[in-house]
Amino acid sequence: MTGSIAGIGAGLAAIGAGIGIGLIGGKAMEGMARQPEAANRIQTAMLIAAAFVDAVALFAVVVAFLGK
Amino acid sequence: MKFIVCCVPCATKINSGFIEIMVKKGIYSSKKIKALVVFTLLMAFNIFIIKAETKEIASSAGKTDSIKTEKDEDISAFILHHIADSHEWHFWGKDENKVVLPLPVILWSNGNLITFLSNKHEDESGKIIFNEKGSNLVNYDGKYYYPLKEKNADGAFVKVDENNIPINEKPFDISITKNVVSLFISVFVLLLIFGSVSKSYKTRIGKAPKGLQSVLEPFILFVRDDIAKPQLGIKYERFMPYLLTLFFFVWVNNLLGLIPIFPGGANITGNIAVTMMLALCTFLITTVNANKNYWKHVFNTPGVPWWLKLPLPIMPAVEFIGVLARPIALMIRLFANITAGHILILSLLGLIVILKSVFIAGFSIPFVIFISLIELLVGFLQAFIFTILSALFIGLAVEEEHAH
Repeated sequence: MTGSIAGIGAGLAAIGAGIGIGLIGGKAMEGMARQPEAANRIQTAMLIAAAFVDAVALFAVVVAFLGK
Repeated sequence: MKFIVCCVPCATKINSGFIEIMVKKGIYSSKKIKALVVFTLLMAFNIFIIKAETKEIASSAGKTDSIKTEKDEDISAFILHHIADSHEWHFWGKDENKVVLPLPVILWSNGNLITFLSNKHEDESGKIIFNEKGSNLVNYDGKYYYPLKEKNADGAFVKVDENNIPINEKPFDISITKNVVSLFISVFVLLLIFGSVSKSYKTRIGKAPKGLQSVLEPFILFVRDDIAKPQLGIKYERFMPYLLTLFFFVWVNNLLGLIPIFPGGANITGNIAVTMMLALCTFLITTVNANKNYWKHVFNTPGVPWWLKLPLPIMPAVEFIGVLARPIALMIRLFANITAGHILILSLLGLIVILKSVFIAGFSIPFVIFISLIELLVGFLQAFIFTILSALFIGLAVEEEHAH
């Protein structure tokens, strides 16, 4: 087994981002089910929020690469 | 065999009776059966993979571990080499058999402009010093450096730090590299497409769109109605040219990066210098167009207690860092997303080589196709997100004061 602690850190960040994106997606689904007429706007807002969460995990990947 | 044959009729009888009962009870269509089928398929697949692996282990029992680790490092080096910029466009093959498109190297060294094709000095070991226009140079790992006086332990005229990066001085490199050529290609494609589209917009005023124009009109309207108008309000028209350019530039380059063969394949939007330039454009446009209200919100945020501002400017400092962090986040988001996609596809393909089994291909090729399709979506999504966040930041800067 080879690797570095940075890899574990990236994995932990991925867990956090996974939870975050799951929550965003789930809540957006709920919102769309409740108000289908607002689906377009909810989707846009969901994608923006998901992009913010996504970026955090990717920051961790970049840091893991730098720390390798 | 005979036994089975004679058993089939009665078995089907029993079976059909059993199925009837199951259908009556509603088990046949229940979740349990579905789960069972999925589980069985998974198990069968697992057994297949385990078999393939044991075969492989048995065949390579005589080999030592060191070979395997060397192979692993080879794969990660291969992947990193693929996503990095380069002085040549590699098609296929290795060492003598390789087929590459050599690209011009342009170096600015001590007031001289040095130009040569990259295949003139191909040896990348750093052991051979060559002279171009009075400057001694050495090629190490595909980059050009000034050689040191003495060799290192490997016989190369470079000194490397702990990350294997040479600390030699190097000439100023303004070469036309793989990424630059790919940038030219994408600019050419964009000019070709949008030249004809804008021409047809000019000639067909008031008429229905036709041909390429009708393909692209939904996307242009998408940028206008879903990105620019909600974020920028009534001032959206001023920023439409920038947002459209940004959207189509990022999108076309993302898609070109996904094509594995020649005109595509370079990792442009996965190059941090390119994304930095794009983020810098957004930052400059935001800063130049910012109104009084925006700066007031940064340096004298309304609605915040005075002790957060006066002796120690905590709030202004945080807001100012926020202003700088936005373009940095933009830059890293696009870079990391596209680079991660390329690495993922290549490592899935690399599994075949790492596990040394052809059977892995049965798993990794469909998965690579699946990830490639996801990347098509990501390519569009990242272009959309880059554009909408740029619009959001510009929108924050041009927003008029409203009652709190």
